[in-house]
Amino acid sequence: MAYFLGLLAALVAFWLGNSGEYKPLMLGFGGASVLLTMILAYRLDIIDREGAPYVRLPQLMKYYPWLAVEVAKSNWVVIRACLRADLDITPTLAKIKTIGKTDLARVTFGNSITMTPGTVTVEIDGDKLLVHGLYESNTEPEGFLEMDKRCAAACDPKEGHT
Amino acid sequence: MGDFLSMLGDFWEVARFPLGGLACLAGGLLCIVSAIGVLRFPDFYTRMHAASITETAGTGFLLIGMALMAPNWLVLVKLLCIFIFLFLTNPTSSHALVNAAHVAGLQPRIGPVGAANREDEA
Repeated sequence: MAYFLGLLAALVAFWLGNSGEYKPLMLGFGGASVLLTMILAYRLDIIDREGAPYVRLPQLMKYYPWLAVEVAKSNWVVIRACLRADLDITPTLAKIKTIGKTDLARVTFGNSITMTPGTVTVEIDGDKLLVHGLYESNTEPEGFLEMDKRCAAACDPKEGHT
Repeated sequence: MGDFLSMLGDFWEVARFPLGGLACLAGGLLCIVSAIGVLRFPDFYTRMHAASITETAGTGFLLIGMALMAPNWLVLVKLLCIFIFLFLTNPTSSHALVNAAHVAGLQPRIGPVGAANREDEA
């Protein structure tokens, strides 16, 4: 039920934000399209944790500002590497083990690594990630520990309840 | 107090266009920096790193600048939607590209490049 209401609220907000027309006819069309989408989503059986991931939004909202700061920091490193007169990069491949249990935590962790400039997730296999980095120093497994912990805290269900 | 608030509002109306312009300019410059990086770096994998500056800092600053200059909140909502979709799809597409190269057997160049490597006289 929570997923149902979450999807409904998200669709209504999306429609209102995109339309800007508040005549009864337009609102009627909006309501009809939202209703049709809900019916289709119900028939497709995708109103679940992945179809409406808004329950985890408060936890993710705590994670993303931290990620934004990390992205800004590593952006500076890569910008300097691009503009330096002598190239001094040392490309490295590293294997990282993640503590994330759910697919969502692993995907968020891999995406966060790819998002920060200077590191790209090449392959995810189970709980092992293959990471390509621009510098040897920023692909050490210790450097990813905090990001991994924060991802797991933001996405994994707490112990003993789902 | 009401006077002060309305003055603040007027000041914001005047200030937001130069601020937005500056943010857009910074975003454009970062995109150029990233293009320079793409041209300078030696192989496919390292070039992906240079391109990720455009994806994060470049688009970030451009969207912030456009949001500051937005004429009404409807435009703001659309910019927010663009930001969210870019935020979700950028790392995914980068990963898909790199993963495809890895699966196809393209070997990354490992070890020091350029000034850090004495044998590299390029």
